[in-house]
Amino acid sequence: MELLFALVIGALTASGVYLLLRARTFPVIMGLTLLSYGVNLFLFASGRLATGQQPVIGTSANYTDPLPQALVLTAIVIGFAMTAFLVVLSLRNLADNNNDHVDGKREKAPPSSKQEREVTGK
Amino acid sequence: MSLPLVVLLPFLGAIAAPFFAQGGRTAIAIASSVPALVALAALFPHWSVLAAGGTVLDSYEWLPILGLSFSFRLDGLALLFALLILVIGLLVIIYAHYYLKAHENVAKFYSLLLCFKGSMLGIVLSGNLLLMLIFWELTSLTSFLLISFWTHKQDARRGARMALAVTGGGGLALMAGILIIGNIVGSFELDDVLAAGDQIKAHAWYPVALTLILLGAFTKSAQFPFHFWLPHAMQAPTPVSAYLHSATMVKAGIFLMARLYPALAGTEQWFYMVSFTGMATLLLGAYIAMFKHDLKGLLAYSTVSHLGLITLLLGMGTQLAAVAAIFHVINHATFKASLFMAAGIIDHETGTRDMRRINGLWRYMPHTATLAMVAAASMAGVPLLNGFLSKEMFFAESLQLNLTGLWAWVPPIVATLAGVFAVAYSARFIHDVFFNGKPVDLPKFPPHEPPRYMKFPVEILVFACVMVGVFPTISVGPLLYSAASATLGGNVPDYQLAVVHGFNLPLLMSFMAFLGGLLMYSQRERFFNFHARFKEVDGKAVFENLVSKFVNQANQFTGWLENGSLQRYAILLVVSVIAVTAYPLATNGFHIGENGLSTIDWPTGIAACVLMVCALATVVWHRERFYALVLLSVVGLIVALTFARFSAPDLAMTQLSVEVVTIVLLMLALYYMPSWTPMESSRTQRIRDILIALAVGTGMTVITLAMLTQPFSSISDFFLENSKPGGGGTNVVNVILVDFRGFDTLGEITVLAIAALGIYAMLKNVALTPPPGDGLGHAWTRDHYPLMLRQIARPMLPLALMVSAYIFLRGHNMPGGGFIAGLITSVALILQYIASGMIWTQDRISFRYHNVIGLGLLFATIAGAGSLAFGYPFLTTAFGYINWPVVGKFEVASALVFDLGVYMAVIGATLLALVSIGRLSPHSAIKSKQEGV
Repeated sequence: MELLFALVIGALTASGVYLLLRARTFPVIMGLTLLSYGVNLFLFASGRLATGQQPVIGTSANYTDPLPQALVLTAIVIGFAMTAFLVVLSLRNLADNNNDHVDGKREKAPPSSKQEREVTGK
Repeated sequence: MSLPLVVLLPFLGAIAAPFFAQGGRTAIAIASSVPALVALAALFPHWSVLAAGGTVLDSYEWLPILGLSFSFRLDGLALLFALLILVIGLLVIIYAHYYLKAHENVAKFYSLLLCFKGSMLGIVLSGNLLLMLIFWELTSLTSFLLISFWTHKQDARRGARMALAVTGGGGLALMAGILIIGNIVGSFELDDVLAAGDQIKAHAWYPVALTLILLGAFTKSAQFPFHFWLPHAMQAPTPVSAYLHSATMVKAGIFLMARLYPALAGTEQWFYMVSFTGMATLLLGAYIAMFKHDLKGLLAYSTVSHLGLITLLLGMGTQLAAVAAIFHVINHATFKASLFMAAGIIDHETGTRDMRRINGLWRYMPHTATLAMVAAASMAGVPLLNGFLSKEMFFAESLQLNLTGLWAWVPPIVATLAGVFAVAYSARFIHDVFFNGKPVDLPKFPPHEPPRYMKFPVEILVFACVMVGVFPTISVGPLLYSAASATLGGNVPDYQLAVVHGFNLPLLMSFMAFLGGLLMYSQRERFFNFHARFKEVDGKAVFENLVSKFVNQANQFTGWLENGSLQRYAILLVVSVIAVTAYPLATNGFHIGENGLSTIDWPTGIAACVLMVCALATVVWHRERFYALVLLSVVGLIVALTFARFSAPDLAMTQLSVEVVTIVLLMLALYYMPSWTPMESSRTQRIRDILIALAVGTGMTVITLAMLTQPFSSISDFFLENSKPGGGGTNVVNVILVDFRGFDTLGEITVLAIAALGIYAMLKNVALTPPPGDGLGHAWTRDHYPLMLRQIARPMLPLALMVSAYIFLRGHNMPGGGFIAGLITSVALILQYIASGMIWTQDRISFRYHNVIGLGLLFATIAGAGSLAFGYPFLTTAFGYINWPVVGKFEVASALVFDLGVYMAVIGATLLALVSIGRLSPHSAIKSKQEGV
């Protein structure tokens, strides 16, 4: 089970990082979302995997660690705030630059330097 | 108490001085003199102890763990320097009163001067090396401010910056050196360090410590090759030059060498480093001084040269040389300060300091001329003046060095040669300025004597020159003896302060220096021509070049690192994460801890596979944004299931509701955005990114696996035990959120609120036109608000609100709580927006979300502050339950109020964010503007 859980986190992180490195805002936001899933699961995992031991007093004989859960709960909500902020930032970028490139470039402006061409490719 | 008072008084005076500026220039000058007068009175009673060779110690603890204490120590050496600082400081205050012009910021000047005075006194009176270091840095800072007093002058600013860079850099070296010394000795107290001389000198780190400390001293005292800052510091007002650059600050390096003389001197390394540096400085300064046309430039290089002389004397290592060094400190301070003041008077009265234009002033200002001539004669070493006495001692000592062969000739020759130069530049100062024909084209003509009392400080100093020169034993004998005794650790050699010691070799050297100097001055044209053939190295230009080179390189580096491309930053960030973690991960390898692996049950295995496939599919189809989003939502749902599966019902519910809100948010964004991503990166780039992603993914897998299989201990036992008795709830996660870690939660909802307000602000007055279709050729549906959805959504609202109320109320004891309930309410309201549109919904919502956020934060804070009223710390409810059962009941309610705050903040923030995006589209904007959402 632990190996499977680790693989899930690895897959989420790898997918997230790949999307994070894309050039347009929407894939980057999706990448960050995937990355947050991975990170949240990782934080959660620091309390170890327990079955049927929810930390509600009186519901079972043993309880799993409630602290990572409390941390992850707020992390999920803060993660949402961050995602929303980024979405709006990218919308503002779209409105201002008529373009959704992460580097905030204006549409159809030719790459100004060699360096920038390298970054965007093509 | 009197010693700390002496140091503290000038600082207090610096604060008080500006208040006297209202009362006029005289008032502030008098007020600024008070600290020095009081300090002198405070030092006076200690004289009897010091004359007997004792020390006065006054120590208070500060940071004993670091070895830093408020320890002040007065001995002969400290007293001598303190007197120079205080007395010349007083004279400078009088002088500056006449020197500064009416429109200048007198208050600032006196304040800074007093700060500087306090710092200097701190250096000489510190009984702890770390404390001394603090004052040492303070002198660098205050002198920076004083040199750049005329901030409108570029040269002044540059000169000040250079002085700060050089002396501040030296200060860093000094700090390192002192830390080493403290490490060797085990204490930073001066008494301990001075007593541990042999231990220090025998230590392997001695050479390093000595080099570092000397670097500090040499930079401060403008020794070659760090001498270049001093001439450029002459951009300061002349009272500052007279005070800092003749009598006090540049002597701080000398003081340090004399102070640590018992601890550091007497080795070969000391001898070679100090004496040769001194010798080079002595000769170079004297040589350059001859060719300066600027009055203050001449004096500056002469100061460099005299500082070199004192350093050389200290470097010689003999006891008599040390006595001569201290004697020359006194003499140089008196004649050089008076010369600077005279130069300032001349500048003041003629409007220039160029010696090619200032000629024949004898006729216009005979009184000043007489004073300046006496002081300059002392500088040249004319008999019956104090400069002569110490110079004779110097000549005598230069013959006593234990050098072999031809080297034995070097010091006396250098000494005589420097004497020749000194006579030549002194002669030039006298002859060029006061005689040598008529003034040429003076800005102010005719010059006349300055105000009567502007000359008063000069008169005092010149009088001292003569007194010491004629009656050395009576005037400075006891002071010199006690200072020398303190420097040498009590072993004062027999020496005689006589006006003439009879006809001997040193007198002959003096005689030769005189003849040579006068001859050189008479042949000055040739020397000027000779000197003109060399390109002068401008220290300032070199320094400025160096600085601008560094600045350019820093700019280039920053520009390379921060080129405005987010993609690049992201890659740098991820790659550096890999770089930092690669080594420990590689050495640890694929590790399964002692707990081993547990078995996988089928449903979990299948769900995990679906999750991984969907995550990878999101990546593969990420350019088809809509499909990618659907796949992403599947991933989020399975994450929620994962939480449920592994005993975290609260997380599952939170994740589920956040997932819904997030996907709605992204869909909303996608409405305005292009619905597919163009292919932009090359094949190579994609392969590179895949490799990076795989590396990070692998790393995370390895770390997670290692962590999951390790046994661990947690602080959570406390939470589990105290949740019910302390927090009054059985749902430990919720009790942690609203009680144990309530402050965190308060911060968290504040962040949420700020993000929502940021979103609102970012989208205010922004209009985005959605594309006419979904980008794949399909037009949007004409049925904006489908009938079925509308019909289902409306009855859903009260049901959803009821569910959220239930979840909210049971939260303290069962899975649920403010966060989750808030999200459920938000989802229910968002559904109304989706189903019936912005206008319809907004018409039925009579409150602004800003207010909801504000109220939420207010409730949470009030609930937290409520515990203050009962004498408990902010946001504590846990312990009250144990002590007061009655109040304990109240506390459960207070946690509920806190959770209500969380609930409202979450609703307000979520809806404000989504509604802000929703009203972007033109047809909803018209209406919502009227509503002011």
